[in-house]
Amino acid sequence: MTKEIYTWGAISAIVIASCAGDVLLSYAMKQVGDVGELWRRKGLFAVMGRILRNPWFIGGVLGMTIAFYSLLFALSWEDVSLVGPAAAALTFVANAVAAKIFLHEKVDRRRWIATLLVAGGVLLLAV
Amino acid sequence: MTSSKYLVLAGVTVCAAAGDSLLSRGMREVGNISFHHLPSIILAILNPWVALGIIFLLGFFASYMTALSWADLTYVLPATSLGCVLLALIAKFALHEQISVTRWLGIVLISTGVGFVTRGPELTHNSSREKIPPRPTQALAARQK
Repeated sequence: MTKEIYTWGAISAIVIASCAGDVLLSYAMKQVGDVGELWRRKGLFAVMGRILRNPWFIGGVLGMTIAFYSLLFALSWEDVSLVGPAAAALTFVANAVAAKIFLHEKVDRRRWIATLLVAGGVLLLAV
Repeated sequence: MTSSKYLVLAGVTVCAAAGDSLLSRGMREVGNISFHHLPSIILAILNPWVALGIIFLLGFFASYMTALSWADLTYVLPATSLGCVLLALIAKFALHEQISVTRWLGIVLISTGVGFVTRGPELTHNSSREKIPPRPTQALAARQK
């Protein structure tokens, strides 16, 4: 029972933290602009400087760090074949909702179908 | 979409799959970590497999950030989900594990989803600095009103 509580608690933490991290990172990178284009025009250091100075980037990295340690914690209790797909499938759906609300992305029917197909497929991999 | 952009998406896919596999291998050696010994999770990064996994995850992070600079989050995530398929294929052909019919069906669903999303536009709004989306906190406040 303890194993299930630890595993699913950690998976919930992975989903929440990586969803927050993904939204913040996506927002930060939209502010920075196309990295490839910026690199060609101003060089690598300008790109790195612009990314590292962005406060949303720091928040995103914090979210990813929490998700990473939650993943390590979950993997210490359960196999990657369960933790990986379960966390990924839930994160796909949570991210689609969060991107629509917070990033104002146009999540049209094509993207919803793709997200649900991928989430369903990932869950089947765990069976 | 240019070929270099597809290369970045491939980088996200391969590095994430390799990083997760290496972390899993390392954490199997480290063993179970309970809440009473939580600080030992910090020391887990000293395990060579975990350390190698982190190097791949840094590669994943760099390519992921690059992809997010020119594409929507709801495009990048499904488009790079072939990593799960890659993990299953590694299990089948490198580790000689049996893949059930359900798993093959999962692989087909993921591949269809990836094909579906990559045929659409990668960006649904203008990403120029003049037209950046509202801050996440502002969007939250607006919804709470």
